[in-house]
Amino acid sequence: MNAKAIVVTSGKGGVGKTTTTANVGAALARLGEKVCVVDTDVGLRNLDVVMGLEGRVVYDLIDVFEGRCKLRQAIIRDKRVDTLHLLATSQTRDKSALSESRMKDAVRALLEEEGFDRVLIDSPAGIESGFQTAASAATGALVVVNPEVSSVRDADRIIGLLEAREIPEVRLIVNRLRPEMVKRGDMLEVSDVLDILGVKLIGIVPEDERILISTNVGNPASLDEGPKVAAGAAFRDIAKRIRGDDVAYPSYDQPSGFLASLRRLFGAN
Amino acid sequence: MFQGLFGRRKSKDELKERLKLVLSYDRAKISPANMDALKRELVTVIKKYFPSDDGDLDVKVEQQGDRVVLMANLPVPRG
Repeated sequence: MNAKAIVVTSGKGGVGKTTTTANVGAALARLGEKVCVVDTDVGLRNLDVVMGLEGRVVYDLIDVFEGRCKLRQAIIRDKRVDTLHLLATSQTRDKSALSESRMKDAVRALLEEEGFDRVLIDSPAGIESGFQTAASAATGALVVVNPEVSSVRDADRIIGLLEAREIPEVRLIVNRLRPEMVKRGDMLEVSDVLDILGVKLIGIVPEDERILISTNVGNPASLDEGPKVAAGAAFRDIAKRIRGDDVAYPSYDQPSGFLASLRRLFGAN
Repeated sequence: MFQGLFGRRKSKDELKERLKLVLSYDRAKISPANMDALKRELVTVIKKYFPSDDGDLDVKVEQQGDRVVLMANLPVPRG
């Protein structure tokens, strides 16, 4: 993607926006990009805890907007990957300081003055002003969708709004795919979702309980190298595709055959 | 009894159909109820010019590539 400012959005809440922002941001930073992930969910801030940086937030985006600190003072550098940075948001309910022009100014300053290669903007759920503000500074979008009815419908709405904003690069991430349910015909296949929504795919992330475990300890799964966490590898692949690499999609079929059935039978899978 | 073995309709196929329908209405910004009203009015207009049966008129919104189109289908009686 050419876009340097990318909004991560979904319409529906709880589909994995913040997890995606943290993991793709961390993976991009691992690949050498200077990345800033920005939380815009004012009043419901979570990107800091998902990334395990909650103890280091002193100033936030709203402090910058209201002149209580300089932009640079609000940027937190991650100690695990030194090119990864977080700009947290405020946990108070007051959203009055949030405006499209301030958001655009902040993102432009991150790219032009602070030298970031990429800014990932974690959008709040919904289609109201919070989403609109988050999208206003973006030239690209990652739309996160789960293969179920309400998420797909909301994603369609969001895609319409992103198109109305003339955001040139809109890409889809199908998150929480359950291959065994797809196999049974009880979950939409990725091709079905693409057929319905009509946007380009950039990632497929399988449901993986280890995502929750890594979030529990504030350590983005994409930072664990190796294929142990399938979803972590999927987020790393997304980062590579954002950078323009042509990465093949792995097959998420259940292991089949006698040994695998035995393992499933004895619950060792 | 064989349905369970061979003919079970996949739930995802039903979901896909429902989603396609609801999204075509969402995109056209018309509710199914308004669509019914539109259909009734179309029937009265068309009947003025073509004597035909109400039941023959089929009106729906449909996705065609990037566009949402309103389709009205009415067989014109011969003679």
